[in-house]
Amino acid sequence: MAAKSIISRPVYGTLSPQPGKHHLFVTDAEGALAITDLAAKAPYGFFADAHIIFIPGQDGRHVAALEALKPAQFYQGPSFASALPRLKQTLANAHMGLRLYLAGTEGLIGQAMQAALEAGIDHTAIQTEHRGSLARRIQCVHCKGITENVTTQPATCSHCGLLLLVRDHYSRRLAAFQGVCINAEDRSEIPPTEEIFR
Amino acid sequence: MSTGTTKLDVVVSDVVPVNELVTRFHFRRRDGQLLPTFSGGAHVVVEMRDGERTRLNPYSLMGSPLDTREYTISVRRDDAGRGGSLFMHRHVRPGMEMVISYPVNLFSLDLRASKHLMLAGGIGITPFMAQTAQLAADGGNFELHYTCRTASLGTYADVLRERYDRRVRLYHDDRDERIELDRLLSSQPLGTHLYVCGPSGMIGWVCDRAAALGWPAETVHFEHFAAPQPGAPFDVMLAVSGKTIRVGEQQSLLEAIEAAGVDPPYLCRGGVCGQCETNVIAHDGKFIHNDHWLSEEEHRSCKKIMPCVSRFEGRSLVLER
Repeated sequence: MAAKSIISRPVYGTLSPQPGKHHLFVTDAEGALAITDLAAKAPYGFFADAHIIFIPGQDGRHVAALEALKPAQFYQGPSFASALPRLKQTLANAHMGLRLYLAGTEGLIGQAMQAALEAGIDHTAIQTEHRGSLARRIQCVHCKGITENVTTQPATCSHCGLLLLVRDHYSRRLAAFQGVCINAEDRSEIPPTEEIFR
Repeated sequence: MSTGTTKLDVVVSDVVPVNELVTRFHFRRRDGQLLPTFSGGAHVVVEMRDGERTRLNPYSLMGSPLDTREYTISVRRDDAGRGGSLFMHRHVRPGMEMVISYPVNLFSLDLRASKHLMLAGGIGITPFMAQTAQLAADGGNFELHYTCRTASLGTYADVLRERYDRRVRLYHDDRDERIELDRLLSSQPLGTHLYVCGPSGMIGWVCDRAAALGWPAETVHFEHFAAPQPGAPFDVMLAVSGKTIRVGEQQSLLEAIEAAGVDPPYLCRGGVCGQCETNVIAHDGKFIHNDHWLSEEEHRSCKKIMPCVSRFEGRSLVLER
């Protein structure tokens, strides 16, 4: 569970069944467990109007547990990027009454929320639950390049190579944390690197 | 002077009967200048000098926000009401000088919406007159569903149909036409916001169905000016100003406080904006909360009251005013 630091740092809750006509779940890896936990609290027939988009991750676990919920639609893909066209298409055709539930890593929650905001869902209307890795998606403020799965502080920008301080400052529009050069005054000064976003 | 209620000196430039119950009033600035900018859904508080008494009633601005040479309001005559609408109908004539507040908007459009679905009941049409004009001016996507008792009481229905054609759908009670609400709410594209203004029963019905059908609370907007309800007279001690006042049967607590020369902040005078929230210092009796501002928990706590619409029954009440 991520701690609150500054106001833009996202905070996540616990998924709970919402009133609605359709339920769209986007989840990765251990996020699946947030959905099975929700299922225990959901009214009978809840998943008959549900659509689950799942990115299982390397170990491929939890697929059977989600399929056992018998959602109306179930999709699994190798990466968020591979699932994104399906997510966008689903949102483009959706009506009011669709509820969105995001569970898993911050990168997945952030990017799915980005697509949802573009489709007109207010971020406060989206159910989120953080599970699994704390790895961050960051944007380098200098070259604007995005680096995925950052686990260290500081981190190296995968585009311009600057050493970046990973801040808690978060952009919903970019679905990324901000990375700022940590040694701009003296590039020879290299602070120790710690793995803190595991 | 009350927060946000800077006053405007206006003259009544026209009075136009619209139908058997509704009359429209036009105001211009006495100095000939333009009136302040407003957005669709805004209201003004109109001061009425009715003999000894000053009435302060909120009315939605119904003209186009693009034209601030004049403000227009439409007032439905309520023969059983507290007298504000009767005063407007009987005593306000062209050329009369009046004072109104700056506009305040507690029912504004959320312009991030991809579509605006509007539901009006009766005189609840007035804020939508301004909102549709605002949206139409820059190609906004809206749809208006308007319920009225009869065609002749469908205030501005003809104007709206003329302006917006099929974007306006009318329902007449006397022809047994009803909004198919569940179907309407379930067929809206993602990103739609819902706006409802009308009788409280209609607002409650629409909000309940929207919640049950999965509309997030952020996408549902409603405006309900609760007129202060009459009730048994009661006495109040105002601790800060050291005055004891009596609230009359037809008077609101806020009006009684103002009549005693104490000037609490206010904006809506209808229990929604929260400006006049007042702390209770001591009480022996029971509160009659009529506002939409305080939470149920706050109502039960007996520590706060909204004097614009709520009352008290009992032996004693001391307020921090």
